[in-house]
Amino acid sequence: MNKVRPFYWSVRRELWENPALWVAPLAVEAVVLVGFLISSHHLPRAVANAAAGIKAAKGSGTLETPYAMAAAAVFMISFFVAIFYALGALHNERRDRSLLFWKSLPVSDRTVVLSKAAIPLLVQPVIILVIAVATQLIMLLWSTIVLAVSGGDLGYYYSHVHLPLIWMMLPYGLAVNALWDVPFYGWLILVSAWARKATFVWAIGPWLALMAFEWMAFQTFHVRDLLSSRLFGGYQLAYTIDGKTTIDTLSQVTPMRWLANPGLWIGLVVGTACFAACIHLRRRNDPI
Amino acid sequence: MAVIEARRLRKAYKSTLALDAIDLTVEAGRIVGLIGPNGAGKSTALQAILGLMPFEGELKVLGRDPWNARDALMAEVCFIADVAVMPRWMRVWQALDYVEGVHPRFDRAKAEGFLAKTEIKRTSRVRELSKGMVAQLHLALVMAIDAKLLVLDEPTLGLDLLYRKAFYDSLLNDYFDGERTILVTTHQVEEIQHILTDVVFINHGRIVLDSTMEAFEDRYAELMAGPDQAATARTFNPIHERQVFGRSIFVFDGADRARLAELGEVRTPSLADVFVAVMGPVSGQERAA
Repeated sequence: MNKVRPFYWSVRRELWENPALWVAPLAVEAVVLVGFLISSHHLPRAVANAAAGIKAAKGSGTLETPYAMAAAAVFMISFFVAIFYALGALHNERRDRSLLFWKSLPVSDRTVVLSKAAIPLLVQPVIILVIAVATQLIMLLWSTIVLAVSGGDLGYYYSHVHLPLIWMMLPYGLAVNALWDVPFYGWLILVSAWARKATFVWAIGPWLALMAFEWMAFQTFHVRDLLSSRLFGGYQLAYTIDGKTTIDTLSQVTPMRWLANPGLWIGLVVGTACFAACIHLRRRNDPI
Repeated sequence: MAVIEARRLRKAYKSTLALDAIDLTVEAGRIVGLIGPNGAGKSTALQAILGLMPFEGELKVLGRDPWNARDALMAEVCFIADVAVMPRWMRVWQALDYVEGVHPRFDRAKAEGFLAKTEIKRTSRVRELSKGMVAQLHLALVMAIDAKLLVLDEPTLGLDLLYRKAFYDSLLNDYFDGERTILVTTHQVEEIQHILTDVVFINHGRIVLDSTMEAFEDRYAELMAGPDQAATARTFNPIHERQVFGRSIFVFDGADRARLAELGEVRTPSLADVFVAVMGPVSGQERAA
């Protein structure tokens, strides 16, 4: 008898079918790195200017900014990959009839749905973390070489690029954001389990209609505010204190603050309900 | 214990009754052909047996309710729905890894052995393989699983003659061991007649015939008679008659072979001929008469 690990292999299978989950962020980071290499001949002067207290030109940011941008680029591309992944999660297998192959194996509908939910909520955050940290390491290594060769002020540079802090704050933010996003991906995967075609339209259509209705009837924007907080509120929830969203100190890690946010718990309940509905639908789904 | 035990199994869709309270028992070690025209209820019956669909009535497969215990049941039941269900993006090695990772009864070495006899490369994607090769791959995976029941739904649809023949040959030679049970539906009835131990005809959601092949061969007779004997032959109440090259070919249900032999050449009819006789619109009237 084989020792079986249905959940593990279900996740592996998702990564096989959707290489964009890791290829897309890698490609974006490759482009980011090339840009950083091109700009690095400015680095010795930028460090000297900063050390001398000369303000950098508008828009060029601090010495740390490229590191933040490199992380932001992975976050953004992964967000879009996740949306398209989730909309295909329980739809592609129905469209290409492979549903009948998957269902011929002893893997429960619950395992399948949970493994698909785990991709944006568990696997992608890990991919983002690994790729962002690796990119930042390469950037740091390259900067060190450039500064060492040009005789720049390495001590000043190291003391103003707070990578250890970023590396502690990144997983924290990713974790909080994943919890916050549970209902978002729950909804998208539910649409993928239910819609026969045009999953994207079904995913956003009802919300656009609600927004339009709300404005027409009451001239208010509650639905829009709810959506934008759901889409972009996770990192805010993790990092923002007193209206500031910069990452300055570890004291920003205050789980009690977001654990006390009722929106988080309501979201978790709604998201869990969506995934339960997905399991119910998966059991009855036929190829389309 | 029977492998499949259905009592008053019923399935109604919005406008049609797909299964009209059928009773069906399949014992272990049988190779059963489930045969019927399109829309007869074959697929519905298979879907119910495989736990893909809720149903009314009683149904036990290997002692389990397939709808409520599908994932447990699938450890002991295999099915090939049709040739086109292997995920097209998957590579051959991924299929092997995956099935090995989720199926407790999968023997990887065995699957590799079957694949070694084909031209399928480990690194190929399913979409790059020909239809026949996809069927070989799927069969290699399934035959490496030590299952008690194998369900095949049109497994050779769209394959050429050579692949079809090879498919059933490996099934018989490399897989069937007399203890396993195989349930197969196909429109290519002639090709499976020689491998079946039992045959079930299904039409309009009802079972029209449920017989072992031995009983089938005893029960049905085909008579080829010249024009002079045709009128006499008709007095034996044939269930079907057709003309070939000026001679009449009759199919009889339960007629006395010795007496038929006086009228012409008597043979065992093919499943296809009896199928036409039993299902055809003409036979319906005659059987009612």
